Amino acid sequence: MGSRSVLPIAFAWLMGISALAQGPTYGIGRAPTTEEIRARDISIGPTGQELPPGKGSATEGATVYRTKGCAGCHGATGIGGTAPILKSRTPTNPDVWARGRILALRAPFATTVWDYINRGMPLNREGTLTPDEVYALTAFLLFINGVIPEDQVLDQQNLAKVKMPLGDKYASLPDWKPRTPRLKGYPY
Amino acid sequence: MREKRPARREFLRSGAALAGGFTLGAAAPALGQAPNQSPMIKGEREGEIAYGARSKYVTSVRIPHGSRPSPDNFGLTFHVATPLQDQVGVITPSSLHYFATTRGAFLPDVDPKQHTLMIHGLVDRPLTFTVDDLKRLPSVTRLHFIECAGNRSSRRAKTVQETHGMASNAEWTGVLLSTLLKECGVKGSAKWFVAEGAEEVKGASSMPIAKAMDDCLIAYGMNGEAVRPQNGFPLRLMVPGFEGIFHTKWLQRIKLVDQYYMNYNDFGHLDQDHKIAALEYQIGPKSVITRPSGDQRLPGKGFYEISGFAWSGGGAIKQVEVSTDGGKKWNKAEFRGTPQRMAFCRFAYPWNWDGNETEIMSRCVDEIGQAQPTREQIAKYWNKTFDQTFSVPGLDNSVQPWKIARDGSVTNGFA
Repeated sequence: MGSRSVLPIAFAWLMGISALAQGPTYGIGRAPTTEEIRARDISIGPTGQELPPGKGSATEGATVYRTKGCAGCHGATGIGGTAPILKSRTPTNPDVWARGRILALRAPFATTVWDYINRGMPLNREGTLTPDEVYALTAFLLFINGVIPEDQVLDQQNLAKVKMPLGDKYASLPDWKPRTPRLKGYPY
Repeated sequence: MREKRPARREFLRSGAALAGGFTLGAAAPALGQAPNQSPMIKGEREGEIAYGARSKYVTSVRIPHGSRPSPDNFGLTFHVATPLQDQVGVITPSSLHYFATTRGAFLPDVDPKQHTLMIHGLVDRPLTFTVDDLKRLPSVTRLHFIECAGNRSSRRAKTVQETHGMASNAEWTGVLLSTLLKECGVKGSAKWFVAEGAEEVKGASSMPIAKAMDDCLIAYGMNGEAVRPQNGFPLRLMVPGFEGIFHTKWLQRIKLVDQYYMNYNDFGHLDQDHKIAALEYQIGPKSVITRPSGDQRLPGKGFYEISGFAWSGGGAIKQVEVSTDGGKKWNKAEFRGTPQRMAFCRFAYPWNWDGNETEIMSRCVDEIGQAQPTREQIAKYWNKTFDQTFSVPGLDNSVQPWKIARDGSVTNGFA
């Protein structure tokens, strides 16, 4: 008997699956609220669209740098501490790549600097800096590397527009595809 | 903890004997006489019953990689290498799995009951999953290696732990990221995803959506138990075949975005040359002989099974060859077990050492035809002279030679 009665059922079942393909299949997981997402989302992209309101200048940043203990690990001037240096030792080298791997110098976007200070500093007290303090510290690091003037105020609107010395002088990553060699034409 | 302190010293002292481990063998008892009985552990010495401890005679341990100690003066843990020379199967024991941190990290002490993974950004339905939620979903179990970008042999390195110990292989169990993303509904504009961990630097890397949909998985299991804290407990993102840094530990958030997000880890991947950038992304085919390897000693001429591991970020290993004459003749090695995609496979080659000085090495080819090069070949590709100053651009997957002296001592062929 089977086949005649099973086929329409199987067909209906398949239709059901394809209809579900656009929606959730398992219904597991909870929808976070907009506020929850905003609170957890600390990823700042190159457009700066996620930046919170706030502002700060290098002058203010110099004070934050002292009072928040940055100097303790990075040195009073951004050089000479036990943590990575924050200022180039060869700031006048016309080749940006030769000035060293300094975040506030080699990052293609000022948002990269803001994002890192905000998510990762100060060591063991991450998340304690206010947005104003992060803007100020970003301005301070950009200033000591000669990227912006000392009195420039960075904020939610202009941070992403800062012209970084690296510009677009970096290689983009390969357009990755599954089951393809890591570098086309590389004989190995 | 009673037996813990001497363990390290004992390891150092027994290092030579262990390393030359071919010289084992107890004296045979006289005919008809019961063999000497080993002393017995009564009850427990180190938790043998509740959570099996290994024999006190097995002392191999991880070591800090490179010059930076772990923990360092700040209490940060940096890079720690696995003792590959002692690994006997394809699985690296969880306690010995290598680990590395972005800039040095404290170890997050995550309560799995409080931990959630949030997926948001360019999706139709942002979702937050608890660890228990993930365990309800269809699961996969796969063998995968992870390798640190800094896994590079140098002239100073003596053992295979120092030359290749920043790579390990484990059995990972979890949910495919594609399962979760389908549940959230990926918007057409999503091209990249950013994964974030719970450590203090909250490592964030941009990765292609194509990779997410292909084979990324969110692992809660490692070698049959929960993922170890140093490897990301309670959730670790596996990005099979990509550099270690992408395998986000303590995974708590995934954001789908429309462009490369250029956060700290992405910044670390910048290079001037697109070829180098590509060679620092998906890991190339690589193999190394672990036995015999640097700092070991062959007790005399005669039979030895040469064995080691091969892996590739491009897929499964298709072929491994071994040379026992410094690279003049290459012989096909056998696989021990079936090679799997982006996983260590174990190879072996039977060898009779004639007692003369020689050099042994291995090379491999993966399923998409990528071949493991020698450093000479790589130098030629880049139009560079091959000498002591040559450094392999991108992640180093070059052939590792081991020199064998007439006295049986094995040393790094690059030394």
